Amino acid sequence: MSLLPRTSSFAPARPEEILRPVNPWFILLTFLLGLLANLTPASGVMLTLKPDFLALVILYWCIQEPRYVGVGVAWLLGLVMDVGDATFFGQHALAYALLAYAAEYFRRRVLRFPLWQQAPQVAALLLLCALLVLLVRVVGGAPLPRWTYVIPPIVGALLWPLLSVVLQRPQRPMRSTAEL
Amino acid sequence: MRHVSVEPPPFFHRGPSPLARLAFFGLISLALLFADTRYRYLEGLRTAAAVVLYPLQRAVQMPGEAASWVGSYFASKHALADENAALKQELLTRAPSVQGYAPLMDENARLKGLLEMQARFPGAARTVEVLYTGRDPFTQKLFVNRGAESDIKPGEAVVDESGVVGQVTRVFASMAEVTLITDKDHAVPVRVERNGVRSVFFGAGAGRAPELRFMAPSADIRPGDKLYTSGIDGTYPAGLAVAQVETVERDTGQIFAHITCKPLSGADRSQYLLVLGQGAAQPPRPEEPAEVESAKKGGHGKGRRGG
Repeated sequence: MSLLPRTSSFAPARPEEILRPVNPWFILLTFLLGLLANLTPASGVMLTLKPDFLALVILYWCIQEPRYVGVGVAWLLGLVMDVGDATFFGQHALAYALLAYAAEYFRRRVLRFPLWQQAPQVAALLLLCALLVLLVRVVGGAPLPRWTYVIPPIVGALLWPLLSVVLQRPQRPMRSTAEL
Repeated sequence: MRHVSVEPPPFFHRGPSPLARLAFFGLISLALLFADTRYRYLEGLRTAAAVVLYPLQRAVQMPGEAASWVGSYFASKHALADENAALKQELLTRAPSVQGYAPLMDENARLKGLLEMQARFPGAARTVEVLYTGRDPFTQKLFVNRGAESDIKPGEAVVDESGVVGQVTRVFASMAEVTLITDKDHAVPVRVERNGVRSVFFGAGAGRAPELRFMAPSADIRPGDKLYTSGIDGTYPAGLAVAQVETVERDTGQIFAHITCKPLSGADRSQYLLVLGQGAAQPPRPEEPAEVESAKKGGHGKGRRGG
């Protein structure tokens, strides 16, 4: 971070900065982009690495804007993802609802940390989500997946700092260059 | 707080608590899961939703397709010439067997006529292109670029140039889902090429070798044996290559031998697949003699058989 110039917007907002209110349409747009990223075809190594972008975006908004995005919205998006992935109805919905609840529970705690320290906590939440899906599927008779199953949540957590900065960008106040 | 947005004071009503919401939506999810896994109630809803999602899915595939098209356009002439030469050579090496093929076909047709057998694959075979592999890590699935519009039906067998890939399990408007033979508990009735022994080939899920279950330890199966479909199930036409036996463990303590196989088809490599029509279905089931029918109804047929 310190290598970047001080004027760079690629740093998280400092606590004393006042963010502008979020535009609900922007939230909707990010959900759409997350869904598109999830639907992008991948195979081989990319498929093993590919994180659940939609889950990440849901987690971000649940932590930042719990008034707009909560358990219900996450559940609906999960149903859409169930159709997109052709998995059983309710699988992603259940996982995303739990993710939203956990985010709401932990949000005050998570927000106190700098972004790079938030990443491990996000990893824990995403792994919890993956564990729930695993449980549901194994009870339903599916075989245990390979160990690579835990890679996407970790990749997702590594992307968290970048994602947070990008999603926060439109809310950063405009500052005159004289200030810097 | 850092937000300008004004949060209402906590003593104002904010709807049900997050935990109550989680419980509500969690229960609905579990009910949906139960309905979908046990009873398949929601296929209609899924098909409708898939139609809405399809444009999105096509849209995200376009950049990749465009990139591969541009890439192939600029492929070096040298590579193409090499490939051309190699293909010509292969054509030459295959010429003798191909020339022998026509008389064989004739003979085959005559023999079949004699036996009054149906043609092997009378249904139309359609080429499909693989769109992407399924993202669900618990199942082994592929999605191909043709669906109900091209008259593809669930249950049709899918093959590539080296063997059986799987069967169509769900059909959307212009897309179809193919379940691979390596999917867990997916069964293919097979016959060993060497001696005609019949068995059933079971998939075991990602990363695990498929096996032949329920074979006695004394069964005549060796590593290297080739397995072909036997056609008994009416889904897979007879005579398609399926797999090769890899290991055979005969443990006298077990009731069955442990036989693992390696699928011959390149489900993860082939770009184009062939969907075989259902025309090769079994002949209709013969009508049960009325006598047997009445015997069944008459309580284990006591005293009816003799009369």
